[in-house]
Amino acid sequence: MPINYYIFLSIALFCIGIAGVLTRRNAIIIFMCIELMLNAVNLLLVAFSKMHSAAAAALPDAATVGTDGQLFVFFIMVVAAAEVSVGLAIIVMMYRNIHSVDVNFLNRLKH
Amino acid sequence: MKNILELAYLVPLFPLIGFLINGLGRKSLSKSMIGIIGSGAILASFVVSLLIFFQVKGGNTDTLNYFSFIRAGAVNIPFAFQIDQLSSIFLLIITGVGFLIHVYSTSYMHEEKTEHFGRYFAYLNLFVFSMLLLVMGANYVIMFIGWEGVGLCSYLLIGFWFKNPEYNKAANKAFIMNRIGDLAFLIAIFWIIGKVGSVGYSEVIAAATEGSKFTTTDITGITILLFIGATGKSAQIPLYTWLPDAMAGPTPVSALIHAATMVTAGIYMIARSNVLYSMSPLTLNIITYVGLATALLAATIALKQNDIKKVLAYSTVSQLGYMFLALGTGAYVAAVFHVMTHAFFKALLFLGSGSVIHAMGGEQDIRKMGGLNKYMKVTHITFLLGCLAIAGIPLFSGFFSKDEILASAFGKSPVIYAVGLFTALLTAFYMFRLYATTFRGSFRGTHEQEHHLHESPSAITIPLVVLAVLSVIGGFIGIPEFMMHGGHKLAEFLQPIVAPSAKLLPVHEVSHSTEWILTGVSSALIIGVVFFAWNKFSRKPDTGEATGFGKVLANKWYVDELYEKAIVNPLAKLGGFFNNIFEKLVVDGLVNGVGRLVSYSSRQLRLLQSGQVGSYVLLMVLSILLVFVIQFFLRK
Repeated sequence: MPINYYIFLSIALFCIGIAGVLTRRNAIIIFMCIELMLNAVNLLLVAFSKMHSAAAAALPDAATVGTDGQLFVFFIMVVAAAEVSVGLAIIVMMYRNIHSVDVNFLNRLKH
Repeated sequence: MKNILELAYLVPLFPLIGFLINGLGRKSLSKSMIGIIGSGAILASFVVSLLIFFQVKGGNTDTLNYFSFIRAGAVNIPFAFQIDQLSSIFLLIITGVGFLIHVYSTSYMHEEKTEHFGRYFAYLNLFVFSMLLLVMGANYVIMFIGWEGVGLCSYLLIGFWFKNPEYNKAANKAFIMNRIGDLAFLIAIFWIIGKVGSVGYSEVIAAATEGSKFTTTDITGITILLFIGATGKSAQIPLYTWLPDAMAGPTPVSALIHAATMVTAGIYMIARSNVLYSMSPLTLNIITYVGLATALLAATIALKQNDIKKVLAYSTVSQLGYMFLALGTGAYVAAVFHVMTHAFFKALLFLGSGSVIHAMGGEQDIRKMGGLNKYMKVTHITFLLGCLAIAGIPLFSGFFSKDEILASAFGKSPVIYAVGLFTALLTAFYMFRLYATTFRGSFRGTHEQEHHLHESPSAITIPLVVLAVLSVIGGFIGIPEFMMHGGHKLAEFLQPIVAPSAKLLPVHEVSHSTEWILTGVSSALIIGVVFFAWNKFSRKPDTGEATGFGKVLANKWYVDELYEKAIVNPLAKLGGFFNNIFEKLVVDGLVNGVGRLVSYSSRQLRLLQSGQVGSYVLLMVLSILLVFVIQFFLRK
């Protein structure tokens, strides 16, 4: 498949994520949108990595070309998993305190 | 010792050490200790100066290089002393008269607190140190260090009794007036460096005579600027008004600084640069007329002054004018000669007046004195000898030096001679008005003062006697050629210094018979005036307030008022304008404006921080988009 398809798909996913973060007030949905953006990036990384390894097939070290991007994706997944656990914990605490997961109540940073 | 000139560094070193000891130890040393250290330092310098003088007399002169003082690019200014005929004469005058005045001061200042006594001697030693540096330096920069040093010490000593605001004002006046002259001196030094690349006297003189580095305009400009420097330090028109006010200082200070040494710095400087001056007839003419005008103006003012020290101060200004007159006619030797004799008799007169003031319990108004000859024998006789010397009575020292100046003035122009002679008559008149009013007639002070009158202690009278002897015989080293062949020892001694300029500009020779006539006429007139003034003021002293033209003289031709109106007030107004208008509106406006701008803009920017996470994210996204857009267009 041409690389363009992957790029359009991940841009679409990323924009959906941004739109979600900007418009929604529910903390959990914002959280999901952030995950969506991360995965859009992951998709793009894998796609480019694959493209590079295909283009470099003739080179002598063809076996390792393009593996970097895929490695990054694993790292991002691991970090995202850790982030999810922390983020969800925060949301749980927030709910316990103010009985809501609406981020607009959380404007304490101002003061 | 193989070469005693190598010891020259000791001459300024002793007073410097004396200054440090007395300055630092003024609270812990006793008065007698301070007096011994202060006077001893100068005595040691005097002894070394004497040794040096005899070496120089034997024809042994030298320039001693110690270290490189300023090195910048091609300019190298060494810290060097030049020991030759001119500087050795000045060394003797400064340390000799200086020593006597130090001894005198130990008694005169004895009523001061120990701390102030120490401060006084520290200043006095520092002054002598600076003055020695001034005359010993081998280039204009070292001279300038001494030049500034004596100015500073003069300021410190005029304002010695700093609790009196009037005295502080006098000190400020002296300092500021001197600064005006110093600026011109400094510009002249830069001019010389720019043209020659060196400031050593020998290099400058060589460059001037060789002729390729200096144009006539350069020499005229430099000499005029140096002369302006000299008018500040040596109290000539237009910068002379500080000297009479400088009498606010203790009397020995007036004697040392404002009569015998510091004020002659300008004469020394011009005598030192005599080759340059001889190459510029224009400058010499200016000097002649400024000197003549100063001599006349100051002499007329002195006629009507009633403060004993003010009379002497104006007489100093007048005598300095005389010296400049001599310099202007190219008679450098006569000027140095008059510096020397003047140092003797003016120091004597000032110290004598100090003795009188001491006896009168601080009274300085001669209208309240009179008849003091009965109470103060030594002071009276020495003062009389000083008056005879300054008036120019034959065979006293002032006679020889003044006569030589008048003769060279006659050589230049009979008109200048006539004005010079008139000034000499005025000098004789006001000096004997002073003498007769103070010492003759009957006492006019209060009974309490009369009861208190006494001769001063020996620490005061001994310097008076020594100076009186010098005032009487000091002239015999310069007996003019027409009286005794080879009699002018000083001219012979200074020959190497003035020889190069004498080639450029021959001194106006007057025939011997003319000189006899001139001397006879001036002596007869002076003696007549002396008798007239003596009789007039012994019988009926001038005690009333001056009226008519006398009032103008008593008010010093209103020169101070003129300066006040023409210079000081406009400057004060300008200062007021800058302080009240420019400072408040422009400078303050700028500073406050910056502050107000920052606080206003921060107040506006603060509104962006709403605390809403959503709005932050929105801003972030928009900003990133903006970056992309900019990037996109830039790439095009």
